[in-house]
Amino acid sequence: MNDKAILSVTGLRARVAEEDLDILRGVDLNIRPGETHAIMGPNGSGKSTLAKVVAGHPAYQVTAGSVAFQGEDLLEMEPDERSQAGIFMAFQYPIAIPGVSIANFLRTALQARLGDDEELDLFDFQELLMERMELLDMDPSFAQRPINDGFSGGEKKRNEILQMSVLKPALALMDETDSGLDIDALKIVAHGVNTLREENPDMSVLLITHYQRILNHVIPDVVHVMYRGRIVESGGPEVAMELEARGYEEYRIAHAV
Amino acid sequence: MPSNEVIQGLGLDDYKFGFVTDSEPVFRTRPGLDADIVRQISGRKDEPAWMLARRLKALKIYESKPMPEWGGDLSELQETLDQTYFYVKPQEQMERSWDDVPENIKLTFERLGIPEAERKILAGVGAQYDSEMVYHSLKEEWEAKGVIFDSIEDGLKNHPELFRKYFGTVIPAADNKFAALNSAVWSGGSFVYIPPGVQLETPLQAYFRVNQERLGQFERTLIIADEGSRAHYIEGCTAPIYSTDSFHSGVIEIVVKKDAYFRYTTIQNWSNNMYNLVTQRALVHRGAHMEWLDGNLGSKLTMKYPSCYLMEEGAHGDILSIAYAGDGQHQDTGGKVIHVAPNTSSSIVSKSISKGTGRSSYRGLCKVYDGATNAKSNVECDALLINETSRTDTFPYIEIDERSASVGHEATVSKVGDEQLFYLMSRGMDEAEAMALIVRGFIEPIAKELPLEYAVELNRLIELEMEGSVG
Repeated sequence: MNDKAILSVTGLRARVAEEDLDILRGVDLNIRPGETHAIMGPNGSGKSTLAKVVAGHPAYQVTAGSVAFQGEDLLEMEPDERSQAGIFMAFQYPIAIPGVSIANFLRTALQARLGDDEELDLFDFQELLMERMELLDMDPSFAQRPINDGFSGGEKKRNEILQMSVLKPALALMDETDSGLDIDALKIVAHGVNTLREENPDMSVLLITHYQRILNHVIPDVVHVMYRGRIVESGGPEVAMELEARGYEEYRIAHAV
Repeated sequence: MPSNEVIQGLGLDDYKFGFVTDSEPVFRTRPGLDADIVRQISGRKDEPAWMLARRLKALKIYESKPMPEWGGDLSELQETLDQTYFYVKPQEQMERSWDDVPENIKLTFERLGIPEAERKILAGVGAQYDSEMVYHSLKEEWEAKGVIFDSIEDGLKNHPELFRKYFGTVIPAADNKFAALNSAVWSGGSFVYIPPGVQLETPLQAYFRVNQERLGQFERTLIIADEGSRAHYIEGCTAPIYSTDSFHSGVIEIVVKKDAYFRYTTIQNWSNNMYNLVTQRALVHRGAHMEWLDGNLGSKLTMKYPSCYLMEEGAHGDILSIAYAGDGQHQDTGGKVIHVAPNTSSSIVSKSISKGTGRSSYRGLCKVYDGATNAKSNVECDALLINETSRTDTFPYIEIDERSASVGHEATVSKVGDEQLFYLMSRGMDEAEAMALIVRGFIEPIAKELPLEYAVELNRLIELEMEGSVG
């Protein structure tokens, strides 16, 4: 089982719906259970687009290629079906839902997973939520705040990881979760992710970032470099170190139009 | 934008109260309105001469006032009124025991979901069917403390002095065209008196049902909350769906005396063929507190602006208004706060949801008279638009003649966006659940103020009916 990919992206091309230029121009990527992959790349290279297409964002249109998740055709599934199948995306810019508390939001999300026949045990839920908030060094009163409404940048990111740790995905897509975090917050977030990885060794992570910094705390198995809509280099953690030292200049030359 | 299927799945447009009951009225006036009809109504009610004189005077005022040209579209209203039955008497006498209410009328209220169990948690219940109250009851413990909760007709009969002292003093017939109309043809509604210091722990509830096609319902409610008392009154309204338009025009007068607290809650869910033009006003005295909680979900057109006249020092008024305008509906709602005395304070919080071709308008007035020193008022109105075709407008009128007053106004319009829906769906909720959560979050500040069973009903309308409707 372990050599079989949980996520298999083949020749994926995608664009913003109704625009005529592909942002993803033939992405190939295989992630096996338990692996952590990092994708680095300059602004506009398509990193976030890849995460959003995998999560099913309606603004993007797939023009070619395929995405399989646990053997299923992911592109045929609605975003909620993808979530229920085990995909979670930590948003780069989490959205505010005024009047809906974090607790209520997560309860609704968990209940949606159970379906109509089964009622979520509220006591178990409360216990899980409190335990997870403690893991992420969040005050219990935070659960009653309307989701992302008036949150600081750091609170929003931490809240994304809280949701991830409650929903326990098989594949976590982390879209620039580290941007805007100070070093203390970064460590808390990394600790949360690492704890989840320990709890579920089969959980896979696709971590999208600009900076090598977070990779000191969440150690990747594979690092990819994305440039102009394609993965142009893959390797171990050393790839990130080299990028940090040399920048993207050589890719610019190699992949000039 | 969410799909139409999902929006329909919200259940807001599934009007489940639209059934007709086969019941024969014991009397009704011929369609239309004139002095003779006013005399018939007064005669049927066996009223004293002074009331008939008042009615006839009000009719003249009504006839002399032009149809309003602001607010909603009233261009076809006169045609409707010409064919309207202004008085339809459902049964010979009002009953005090539920068992004595005619079976088909009783079943109507059962079908509307007012079961025995719910009635039990209330301090008192009134039920109006077409033009008159068919049932009224008050728990003995409150009766023993001198609380009066009766039909308006019995209020006039049994408590003539109290009635005459206050009737028409809060909303005189000349206030506006429809207040004049109501003053001429009023029928049904409640008379409520809470003695000094009496604090009702559970609400009084009145339920208004229109059954007759082309009926005009003109209930009149008079409430006096005496010094230091405390009470909560709830009204709910529904009607069948007819191809012709119906008309409802109530007048609610409330006097909140020194240090008293009164809350008036409306959950209006009329069918979409109903014109709903209502005048509601409270006079708030020294240190007293009035709250209007106004929920407008139904009707074709509603024009309704509950108001607080803060007459004496330290009076406080709150208006919480929530409106839902679905396809073809126009909710022109809001509130008025009038500061007459020093150190008075008020707030208006209005939330509206417009869907499809629905239109919601916030219309509000904040007036501070010269000498109302240190008056404070805050107005907040938020609109949520569900479709590109939905519409909302804001008409805030602010008139301040006092330099030390502090008045704030804030308005927001938001649209249910693809990003919000995607965020929720990416957590595993389907589109309908995601929509419901957004809408529920939007109305949360008001829903949390409702008694539990009403909050549940509101949420059920917005949320639970959609279960299984999106596949």
